[in-house]
Amino acid sequence: MISPNLSAIFYLISGILFILALRGLSSPETSRQGNLFGILGMIIAISVTFLTVGNFSNAMNYVLIFLVIGGAIGAFIAFKIPMTAMPELVAGFHSLVGLAAVFVAISAFLNPQAFNLGSPGNIKLASLIEMSIGAAVGAITFSGSIIAFLKLRGIMSGSPIIFLGQHFINLLLGIFIIVLIYFLCETQLDNFFWGMIAASFLIGVLLIIPIGGADMPVVISMLNSYSGWAAAGIGFTLENTALIITGALVGSSGAILSYIMCKGMNRSFFSVILGGFGGDTTVNEEKKKDQKPVKSGNAEDAAFLLKNASSVIIVPGYGMAVAQAQHALREMVDALKKNDIKVSYAVHPVAGRMPGHMNVLLAEANVPYDEVFELDQINNDFANTDVAFVIGANDVTNPVAKTDPQSPIFGMPVLDVEKCKSVLFVKRSLSPGYAGVDNELFYRENTMMLFADAKKMTEDIVKNI
Amino acid sequence: MEIDPFIFRFSIFILSIFVGYYVVWSVTPSLHTPLMSVTNAISSVIIVGAIIAALASSSSNIFETSNVFGYLGIILASVNIFGGFLVTQRMLQMYKKKKKNKK
Repeated sequence: MISPNLSAIFYLISGILFILALRGLSSPETSRQGNLFGILGMIIAISVTFLTVGNFSNAMNYVLIFLVIGGAIGAFIAFKIPMTAMPELVAGFHSLVGLAAVFVAISAFLNPQAFNLGSPGNIKLASLIEMSIGAAVGAITFSGSIIAFLKLRGIMSGSPIIFLGQHFINLLLGIFIIVLIYFLCETQLDNFFWGMIAASFLIGVLLIIPIGGADMPVVISMLNSYSGWAAAGIGFTLENTALIITGALVGSSGAILSYIMCKGMNRSFFSVILGGFGGDTTVNEEKKKDQKPVKSGNAEDAAFLLKNASSVIIVPGYGMAVAQAQHALREMVDALKKNDIKVSYAVHPVAGRMPGHMNVLLAEANVPYDEVFELDQINNDFANTDVAFVIGANDVTNPVAKTDPQSPIFGMPVLDVEKCKSVLFVKRSLSPGYAGVDNELFYRENTMMLFADAKKMTEDIVKNI
Repeated sequence: MEIDPFIFRFSIFILSIFVGYYVVWSVTPSLHTPLMSVTNAISSVIIVGAIIAALASSSSNIFETSNVFGYLGIILASVNIFGGFLVTQRMLQMYKKKKKNKK
C-alpha cells in the first residue's frame, strides 16, 4: 500500500514521461528513446495502481491473466500487421480506447465507492458529469472508429452515405444526449445512463458514414483526438493526473493532425465533418465528353527517359500502398543511383490514408528518411528536375488546383510536377482521383502515362534500366 | 473559501493541452504515423481505471458486474498498450539515415 499523495506524484511522473515520448518524435534519432520513455511511463502508472489498490485477492489473478491475454493479442497484431494496413490498425486501436473508456465509466457508475465518488444513487454531481462525458465521447470514438476501420479495410464502401435530414438528426441526437445527461444528474436513474451511452454509439456511426474515402486522414486524426478527450474525461472522474495529462496531450495531438490534414486539402474542418465529398466512383461526366489525346508509353520508354535524366523526383501516393510497390520502387531507385542519377522523394501531406503514411512505407522499403521531402521543402526543385515519377498519386499533383477556381480542389496545395521536363505517370486508367476531378496533367505535352499496376510497371522498368 | 480540487485538475488539464500543442507541432511530419500509434498506446493508460474497477471488492464476489467491466477494460486497454508501443517501435526501427559509404 502506498499513500494517495505518493501515488499522485508517481502518476505525475508517468504523465511527464508521456510528454517526453511525444517530444522524442521531433526527429527519427530521438524517437526510439522517446518510445522507451512512453513504455516506462506506462509501467510506472500500472505498478502504482496495483500498489495503491493494494488488494492482492483472487481478483488479482484474473487481472494479470487478462493483462497477459490482451498483451499477447496486441503483440501478435503489432508484429503481423503489414505497414500498408497501418490506417486500419490505428482506427481499430482507437475503437478499443473508446470502448475501454465506456467500460471504465460503467464500472464507476455501478460501483462508485471503489473510486471514492459516493454511493450508487448518490454519486457526486461533478463526477457524474465527468463520467457521462467520458462515456459519451468514448462511445462516439468506438462506433466512429469501427466505421472508419470498415471503410479503410474496404469491407464498407468508401463512398459517402448521405440521406435527407442527416445533419438535423445528428443535431437532435446531440441535444438528446445532453438532455439525458441532465436527467441523469437530476435523478441518478441508471436508465438515463444506458440511454445516453446507446445514443452516443448511434451518433458515432452517423457522424462517420457521410465522410468519403478521401477524407479518411482527417477522420482518423479526429478520432485520435476524441479518444484523448474521452481519456481526459475519465481522468477527471478518477482524479488521476496521468490520465488527465495524457488525455489532453492526445486530444491536442489529434486536433493538430486534423488541422494539418485539412490544410493539406484546403478544406475547412466543418466541410469535412459534414461529409459527402469524394466517393469511390464519382466521375466528372462533363469532362469525359471531350476525349483529349493522351501520350502513353511502356516500361521501355520509361526506363529510357529515366536513364537519361540527371535528376528524378518520385511522387508516391495511395496507389503505391495498394499495389505494395514500395519495394520495387526502391529497387528502381537503386538502379538509377548506380547510373549517378540524383533521386529524391516528394511526399504530400495528405498522400495515403493517414498522416505520414507514405513516409512509413518508404522507410519500410529501406529508403533513408533524409531522401524524403515534404511539399514545401521540395516544391521549388521540380523546375530544375528532369523527370517526375508519379506513382499512385493523382489529386495532389493536379495543376487545376492552381488554375481553375471552379474546381472542387481549387486552392489545395499541390506538387508542381508539371514543371519538370517530363512527367511519368503510373496509373491503371485515366479515371479521376478520389476528389472526382479529372487531372489536367494527363493531357499535357510532357506527360507520359504508364498504364499498369504500379508494382508490375516498376519491376518492368527495373528490368529495362 | 477554499479552492475546489477540481480547479487544480482543470488547471493541469489546460496546461497539458498547451504542452501538447507545442510538443506536437515540433513533431516532424514524416513521423506522424508513429505519433498516432504512440498517442494510441499512451491513451490506454485508462487501464488504471479498469484495474481499480476490477480489484474493487464491495463483497466477496469478484465477478460483480462492475468487476466484469473492469476485466473487459483491462483486456481492451492491454491490447492497445502492447500493440501500440510495439508497432511504434517496429516503425521507428525502419527509419534509417543514408549510409555515408554508399555514395
